[in-house]
Amino acid sequence: MRHIISVLLENEPGALSRVVGLFSQRNYNIDSLTVAPTEDQSLSRLTVTTSGDGARIEQITKHLNKLVDVVKLVDLTEGAHIERELMLIKAKASGAQRAEIARTVDIFRGQIVDLTATVLTIQITGAGDKLDAFIAALGESVVLEVARTGVSGIARGDKTLAL
Amino acid sequence: MEQLSGGEALIRALHDEGVELLFGYPGGAVLHIYDALFQQDKVEHILVRHEQAATHAADGYARATGKPGVVLVTSGPGATNAITGIATAYMDSIPMVVISGQVESRMIGSDAFQETDMVGVSRPIVKHSFMVQSAADIPAVVKKAFHIASTGRPGPVVIDVPKDATDPKLKIDYEYPQDIKLRSYQVPSKGHSGQIKKAVEVLLGAKRPMIYTGGGVIQGEGCEELTQLTRTLGYPITNTLMGLGAYPSTDKQFLGMLGMHGTYEANMAMHHCDVLLAVGARFDDRVTNSDTSQFCPDATILHVDIDPAAISKTVTADVPIVGPVQSVLREMLDQLDKSDQSVDDQALNAWWKQIDQWREKKCLAVAPAEGGIIKPQQAIQALYELTEGDAFISSDVGQHQMFAAQHYGFDKPRRWINSGGLGTMGFGFPAAMGVQLAFPDALSVCVTGEGSFMMNQQEFATCMQYGLPIKIVCLNNEALGMVKQWQDMQYGGRHSHSTYSESLPDFIKLAEAYGHVGVRIERADELHSKMKEALAMKDKLVFIDVLVDPTEHVYPMAIKGGAMKDMVLSKTERT
Ligand SMILES: Cc1ncc(C[n+]2csc(CCOP(=O)(O)OP(=O)(O)O)c2C)c(N)n1
Ligand SMILES: [Mg+2]
Repeated sequence: MRHIISVLLENEPGALSRVVGLFSQRNYNIDSLTVAPTEDQSLSRLTVTTSGDGARIEQITKHLNKLVDVVKLVDLTEGAHIERELMLIKAKASGAQRAEIARTVDIFRGQIVDLTATVLTIQITGAGDKLDAFIAALGESVVLEVARTGVSGIARGDKTLAL
Repeated sequence: MEQLSGGEALIRALHDEGVELLFGYPGGAVLHIYDALFQQDKVEHILVRHEQAATHAADGYARATGKPGVVLVTSGPGATNAITGIATAYMDSIPMVVISGQVESRMIGSDAFQETDMVGVSRPIVKHSFMVQSAADIPAVVKKAFHIASTGRPGPVVIDVPKDATDPKLKIDYEYPQDIKLRSYQVPSKGHSGQIKKAVEVLLGAKRPMIYTGGGVIQGEGCEELTQLTRTLGYPITNTLMGLGAYPSTDKQFLGMLGMHGTYEANMAMHHCDVLLAVGARFDDRVTNSDTSQFCPDATILHVDIDPAAISKTVTADVPIVGPVQSVLREMLDQLDKSDQSVDDQALNAWWKQIDQWREKKCLAVAPAEGGIIKPQQAIQALYELTEGDAFISSDVGQHQMFAAQHYGFDKPRRWINSGGLGTMGFGFPAAMGVQLAFPDALSVCVTGEGSFMMNQQEFATCMQYGLPIKIVCLNNEALGMVKQWQDMQYGGRHSHSTYSESLPDFIKLAEAYGHVGVRIERADELHSKMKEALAMKDKLVFIDVLVDPTEHVYPMAIKGGAMKDMVLSKTERT
């Protein structure tokens, strides 16, 4: 099963490499990874999506917790949560194609953020499967380039991941 | 406040941390530190002859004393030479602090002379590491490093120190922190009482109980509590290779070591038990025999460990208890005392009867060889008798290690010093130096094989320099015996690159070349007398070259892919 694990990490040199190293060292897979400082400059928030059965995910969270740089973590998939990913995508678009692409962008609640005579650049946010669906809707022949941020997430309701 | 340079602050911080001894080897990046060492006399430095030996010596010191071992090496090759020793300590959870020099900060990343990314190279084999940013960091970093290395599940910590941070011209205000708080590092102080209660209930309800304990009991100073608990219950107990000495081997409840080369009775009792209490052990594949689905099929498993990640890693625990073994075992004893349940004596008697039958097999008995040939087991037995089971035994890796573990009975913890997890040949001799330096008046013996010994033989020179009267018992079978045994058993006897008898050195002359004494023992009838003479040379290092039967195998041996009950018992018998 797919899991989204969010980690509060000391914002120290080498901390990120310890997390990434742990995954490769213990043969755990990383589907996506995002990391950036939080409102507290001494902390980074890292979100990793991975997959495995219950025992494997338990080992992953235990080993993450053992890293001295890891302050706190949560497996967001254990409860109700919001998951978002941002994608920038370049599409080949000239003539009649342009209107059709614009309509698709509308349906997916995306935005056109840049354009030239032949290329549209689109921004779209949502859960991963929505982004996948958008790429499929555009069609392979149209897509020139895709830049995805990887999953970021947060629990629903009053629950927080904070110190 | 006192003004110190980074180099001075580093050495002073070690002293303030209570470090008396460090093992090291100088080089360009640590010259400032070495100069600071030279100008003080509080911390003693032992100059080894290879950085790997520095780490093993510090490791041996740590295993024998329980205090963290400390190592100082230069950047680049000095640091990479230390890697094997760091990995060895990591696998066996040994507290160690390794200080490595680094090129100047402004040069980092430029492929400067003797630059290696030590933090990167060592990352998978350390508990944590620090890269010092400036001299002012040093006191707090040292404090944190020792705290992390020696608490919780211990392990090695690396401190990488760029040369400019130790510049003698740059002074800092020195103050050693009293204590340190790390918001991201907390160690459990006790186990969950509810879980402990549950475990005690299951234990008391057992019909065929078994206690299985590892190195964690020794690291966690829980041996007294373990002994008390085991005696109170009257249950059988086995120790892992790492856990030998945690429970007195001469006690009748002790079934010997378990696992790949464990005793028949210990492995059979493991397989057939209905309740297994595992303490400070990690269900390593050398114990469970690789296929964990066949492991202890009938047992309810209670697992006590300070490391939550060790629990249910390879074998699922029914009652997990995360906590320091000493406090958990104390609470178990307490609850046992209060419980109105009692041990099922009838079932226990029947269980012991069964175990005694297994013991009848006498799986470790060896028939003396013909023609005066010495059996390696006999050499260990002689050592045991002559030292009255009271020596510190550091071992290398191979058949000799297993013979020592099987035939030298350890009644006390911290007496058996061996590389269990990584299985590092070359560990034994430098580890014995660390032991000897920690306990100058004790008998520090290294049981080795000629193959392992040659991996760190240069340390003869260190022993001469510091007058370390180690006794080296080399079970010389003129081969990489353990490799050869596997080739005999699994590769049709094809001894691919495991023999070298034509090219072995004369170890007696080798020892003498360094100013030590060498004694050769060739016949069974002179084994006792010659070993006695050698051990009697109290203030000399003696290399005892015991020529042993080269055809001998270590038995019992687990049958690969089987359960714990599946063992080869001799060249002609299997279970
Ligand atoms: C550094 C290292 N290299 C290789 C091995 C693999 N290995 C395990 S036992 C062994 C043979 C050891 O020979 P020796 O020290 O003579 O001991 P014996 O088995 O003959 O008693 C080897 C090569 C190892 N454990 N460590
Ligand atoms: Mg040998």
